[in-house]
Amino acid sequence: MKHASFFWFVLPSSLMMLLFIAFPIVSVVTQSLYQAHEQVIIEVENCGPFGCTTETAVDTQATAALREAEPLGQWAGLNIYKDRNHLAVDEVTAAWVNADGLPDFGRALMNLPFYKAMAFTLTYTAVVTPLTIILGFIIAIAVNAVARSLRGPTIFFSLLPMIVTPLVGALILFWMVDARGILGTALQWLADDPSLSVKASTPLMWIMLMVYGVWSSAPFAFIVYYAGLQTVNTDTLEAAMIDGASRWQRIRYVVIPHLVPLTTFIALIQLMDNFRVFEPIVSFSAQAHATSLSYAIFNDLGGETRLLSSAAATSVLTIIGVAILLSPVLVRTWREFGSPR
Amino acid sequence: MSVATRRSPAANTLAYGFIIIWLIMAAFPFLWTLWGSFKVEGDFFSKADWANSIFGTLTVVETGSSFTGDGYYGAWVQEEFWRAALNTTIVCVCVVTISLTCGTLGGYALSRSTYRYAFWFLICALMFRAMPPITLVSGYLLPFFEWNLWGHLSTTIIVLVAINQPFTLWMLHAFFKNIPKDLDESAMVDGCTRFQAFRHVIIPVMWPGVITTGLFSFLLAYNDFAVTSMLLSKDNQTMVPKLASFLGTTQTKGNVMFAVSAVVSVTAPLFVMIIFFQRQIVSGLTAGAVKG
Repeated sequence: MKHASFFWFVLPSSLMMLLFIAFPIVSVVTQSLYQAHEQVIIEVENCGPFGCTTETAVDTQATAALREAEPLGQWAGLNIYKDRNHLAVDEVTAAWVNADGLPDFGRALMNLPFYKAMAFTLTYTAVVTPLTIILGFIIAIAVNAVARSLRGPTIFFSLLPMIVTPLVGALILFWMVDARGILGTALQWLADDPSLSVKASTPLMWIMLMVYGVWSSAPFAFIVYYAGLQTVNTDTLEAAMIDGASRWQRIRYVVIPHLVPLTTFIALIQLMDNFRVFEPIVSFSAQAHATSLSYAIFNDLGGETRLLSSAAATSVLTIIGVAILLSPVLVRTWREFGSPR
Repeated sequence: MSVATRRSPAANTLAYGFIIIWLIMAAFPFLWTLWGSFKVEGDFFSKADWANSIFGTLTVVETGSSFTGDGYYGAWVQEEFWRAALNTTIVCVCVVTISLTCGTLGGYALSRSTYRYAFWFLICALMFRAMPPITLVSGYLLPFFEWNLWGHLSTTIIVLVAINQPFTLWMLHAFFKNIPKDLDESAMVDGCTRFQAFRHVIIPVMWPGVITTGLFSFLLAYNDFAVTSMLLSKDNQTMVPKLASFLGTTQTKGNVMFAVSAVVSVTAPLFVMIIFFQRQIVSGLTAGAVKG
């Protein structure tokens, strides 16, 4: 394809991505280096019959005018990154000096909002991604083993948790594990503890969020693996069988190697999606127990005072996180395709 | 069935048992919520006895019959959920149309270009795909406030189209790769320009791929919460942010059932969609992977 026609064909999409994806990234970085103007304070002298007093007051008009004139706020450099809500440099140093032992240091870190969000996001990503892949694989193997007439309905119902709006899917689960819901009651009965409540316990909340994560994304892994299983070479399977391979050995040495490229694909997509975990935390109203990076940004942006700079700084840190997460993939593609042939 | 896939009875039972457990896990929460949405709150969240939510003991006491549409009435009429449903329809139709138009052009070009930059273009798109939408939203807010773009449906539509673009490009690129090159090239030998070849030769055969991609664009727009909740003003809210706002307000009014019926209302169109388009969804999910 000629350069010129390529250019005109991709123009609309690249313009959109440039304006609404690349430009906002620049805008986020800029915003994170500024902070909101402080309120303009004026001194007012009140003179009465008993002498004069000076009072300080907020000059709302001047404040509004200043904010109007420079909506970005004032230059802050890296201050926002260093404050307590983000990297918390001072607090971490203090905790490092004062802590006796690593666990104590870890506990101190968990009191800082950014590290708390980071810890949950990373744990969630690290736990949910492999579990999704394993569960999806098992379902695919099982579906492949049952009668053909059962496969259609299984795929139909399996698609539900994946396709349903994440906020809605998480709400449905949340209502069921509510202390007054059916699963909540079942849990209380199982644990023999009538006061057990998922809402009130941090570990249970983490587990519940991860259960939701696996529940909602296992179908994706299942469908991809199932499609992959249809293309396994039956000749190879038969040959392995004639050579005396057991069922397990056939899965281990024929099927799994065939599915490895698919696993890379699923893992890549899942890593990207799990790192942005957000809606379940809103649905579960879990912010007291677990926050993620995306939730932290959402929290800053919402509400009465929109903390744009704080949200921007967290966003930049999140983007750096995504870049680190994707770097192995990028390095690999660079090695494979990037070098001039 | 070939010999290689015959199984022992034990393995078979295991497979069936596992499938049944998974089906219950996947489908039961939805059936439960659908059933419960026709009850009153005291039954849906039953403190006394979990079986109440099946038989609707309190629902009978409060409304006289074991099913009630109060939750739906409250959500759709009282809280004007229909307005949100209308907005969702507008947003979804526009997002799907615009993103498919831009996406087919771009995806076609990417599948036909043999130059290196086409490959790096796709890698760039992949990186954009990895950006959590909420990080981008924090970049939009200030400019949108400044230029008075905030709160309108049209702004949200364009933003959603842009966020969907990387995914749409990847998927359509994969589909166009499957359409033989000879088709449009022979048209060009016969004197068509590149665009004419696209218009008269490729467009007639591209629909299966476009429909599948359209389904996923629809899902991305329909399911979005981060963008719509942040960029839409209160009167322009679509269904998902509206539903989230029920959670805040209705808990105090004791009308959790509004949210429950709204949840069922949001799920219903998706359910219908799977019934009609199961094959396309499955082929779309695997398109990127198998052809990789």
